[in-house]
Amino acid sequence: MQLTLEFGGGLELLCDSKKIHNVNVEFEQQNKEDKLTMKGLLSWVRTNLIKERPEMFMKGDTVRPGVLVLVNDCDWELSGQLSTTLEEKDVVVFISTLHGG
Amino acid sequence: MEGKRSLRMCCLCNERRASLKRPKTLQQICRECFYLAFEDEIHQLIVDNRLFTRGDRIAIGASGGKDSTVLAYVLSKLNRVHDYGLHLFLLSVDEGITGYRDDSLETVHRNQIEYGLPLKIVSYKDLYGWTMDEIVKLIGLKNNCTFCGVFRRQALDRGAAFLKADKVVTGHNADDIAETVLLNILRGDIARLSRCSSIITGEDGPIPRCKPFKYTYEKEIVMYAYFKKLDYFSTECIYSPNAYRGFAREFIKDLERIRPRAILDIIKSGENFRISTTTKMPEQGFCERCGYISSQKWCKACVLLDGLNRGLPKLGIGRSRVAIGFKEENKSHGTKSIESKQCGSLDF
Ligand SMILES: [Zn+2]
Ligand SMILES: [Zn+2]
Ligand SMILES: [Zn+2]
Repeated sequence: MQLTLEFGGGLELLCDSKKIHNVNVEFEQQNKEDKLTMKGLLSWVRTNLIKERPEMFMKGDTVRPGVLVLVNDCDWELSGQLSTTLEEKDVVVFISTLHGG
Repeated sequence: MEGKRSLRMCCLCNERRASLKRPKTLQQICRECFYLAFEDEIHQLIVDNRLFTRGDRIAIGASGGKDSTVLAYVLSKLNRVHDYGLHLFLLSVDEGITGYRDDSLETVHRNQIEYGLPLKIVSYKDLYGWTMDEIVKLIGLKNNCTFCGVFRRQALDRGAAFLKADKVVTGHNADDIAETVLLNILRGDIARLSRCSSIITGEDGPIPRCKPFKYTYEKEIVMYAYFKKLDYFSTECIYSPNAYRGFAREFIKDLERIRPRAILDIIKSGENFRISTTTKMPEQGFCERCGYISSQKWCKACVLLDGLNRGLPKLGIGRSRVAIGFKEENKSHGTKSIESKQCGSLDF
């Protein structure tokens, strides 16, 4: 699945200081109708993109409190957070609120 | 519909798709309604607290970070739209940290042009004869934040005096204030507890400071900056790598996730802590050396500076605080000073 992932607010420092990543996410489908969820994407990101200090990005199986997530410019709190399903060409943005003033 | 793409409409206008959930009210609203609500709350706060008077010269403490960038943008907008009649200035402190402050000052320079606000930069080098780079070279990474904090506070006042400012506004947001309230409760620092939750402080000092974002959630500030594509700087101070925030910040963010109102509730608790103490605040005088307000013969900056210039940089560090007899532990970045913001941002 082709996705555009964007890291901001300092999170880009955890993945080679690159803000925008165009990625192809492979995931295992148990059933044909299974869709990639944010939960699945987060664990993919952690394994494949985060190069250092993963604790700055995640806590448990979700993002660290203080990291904002937007799916297609919409707050993920409106779409069910971890259970948000993703579709081809979606844009997911992660922004840390924890840096500087 | 759990898990499905949100097609919910904005609960305020019912015309556009909702773009975010407000932590304060849990309302699901569209961008346009969000901008209006965000700006209007700040306007109400300014009016209700009579923060400004027509003709005031206001220095906006500008670090290039998200809070002060959004503050500069919103204040210039409100000043225009509601005709406050304020003269706004950007005021930045250059600590002399290569690869950090020079980059964030670039951001402030861009804001200066974009928002059409005059900019004044005061530098540690000019004021004190030392850059932070030089100080760190001499003292190492252990106590550098003590220097940074003391010097920055005074630098901001001196810059404001240069601008003949009537007030300094800073970008401290609701999360910052809740964090400071919590830390002051844990430390039992009653004097600071009631001060840190006031919207205006330092009315007895040279230049009062106020916090128009006192009730504004960090999440909304970042969302506002993101949607409006405001240009801000978000790299950590190179002398405080991994600092992010301390445990209190983490705790506040955990609470917010469970119950977003908790942030406002903590601020409220701070406000309600008006304890009539018999504790005497130290009498304010002036530093014999530089004239800055000080309760001692020399102000803290002069003591630190004297140590630096005599090659005894430990001088003036680690003396215990006047308040309630808590031993002040290591003030390096790991433990955090009581001022909530880490080095590199503007403090109270
Ligand atoms: Zn709306
Ligand atoms: Zn002095
Ligand atoms: Zn520092």
